[in-house]
Amino acid sequence: MYGKRLPIVDAAGSPAAQASGGSTHTKHATFEYLTTRKDELVGWARKFSLFPYPFVTACCAMEFMAVSASAYDTDRFGAALPRFSPRQADLLMVVGTVTQKQAPILLKVYEQMCEPKWVMAFGVCASTGGFYQNYASLPGIDRIIPVDIYVPGCPPRPEMVIDGIMRLQEKIANGRHPIVNERF
Amino acid sequence: MSLPVLDQLQQHFAVASRGIQHGVLVFELDPDALVSTVQQLRDAFGFDLFLDVTAVDWPDAALRFEVVYHLYSTIHKVRVRLKLRVSGKAPVVDTLISLYGSAHYMERECHDMYGIRFRGNPDLRPILLYEGFVGHPLRKDYPKQQEQPLVPYLPPQGALVR
Repeated sequence: MYGKRLPIVDAAGSPAAQASGGSTHTKHATFEYLTTRKDELVGWARKFSLFPYPFVTACCAMEFMAVSASAYDTDRFGAALPRFSPRQADLLMVVGTVTQKQAPILLKVYEQMCEPKWVMAFGVCASTGGFYQNYASLPGIDRIIPVDIYVPGCPPRPEMVIDGIMRLQEKIANGRHPIVNERF
Repeated sequence: MSLPVLDQLQQHFAVASRGIQHGVLVFELDPDALVSTVQQLRDAFGFDLFLDVTAVDWPDAALRFEVVYHLYSTIHKVRVRLKLRVSGKAPVVDTLISLYGSAHYMERECHDMYGIRFRGNPDLRPILLYEGFVGHPLRKDYPKQQEQPLVPYLPPQGALVR
């Protein structure tokens, strides 16, 4: 789930011996190096440092609390500490039904978040509107903001949310991470 | 249910009484008699709590809207329901804000959802809907799935395109 193992090599470029590989790991005077692409390294760093902004509007909030609390513990995935300012967050978790009246607020919160940012639609109402198809509710938040991961369910089980977080981590790990400019 | 207050009410308003339906005494009123009747209910019979005003849309009826009021007496612990019919062309009833302060908000909601105008209520801005919403969503002729988005929709995205 967490992607490829990062190859660890010694100074000469040959793979470093693994501790479990049978042969004992011999110490050398030189340092060992980590060879990887820049995107892979940055993605690896970013995927365990998700700061969620909970945009919580409805009953899915109970499930969000359950999945954040000690029994399921999203801290294991580096996504525990909710930031209640969108400027400090990089994962927007839209938890619950978003009404047409609430949509401009959600758009403003999304636009206030700094790059890099990801969006999780938590629950079926945020994903598609769910069973609400009427004048009042937005038929899925992806009509107004881009969504990276959809977690259906009414409400979703904590396992589904954790699966969603892990898939998002995989997406971050395999994604492009321009830092200085588009070429780097 | 044979509470003395209900017996008195039934004698007093015998003409328009519909008896007890679902455990609540129901009166059918003429719209012109609304304010005086409610004032009497409040002052003489102790119905001091204004619970709700809503409406029922009967699209085929001659008088299309049925405006429904619920009052509660915190002294006698009983409820009373008042119904009156208004036409669909210009549904207007008198406001009750001079008798109950809470009528301000509830009449605004009823105006949002059904388009009933309350004569004398100075503030009928949208309360649950938003400025610019066209129509009244709980009327039977409002299209069930018609949306009036405040934010323009994006074109369908990856997960929607198959």
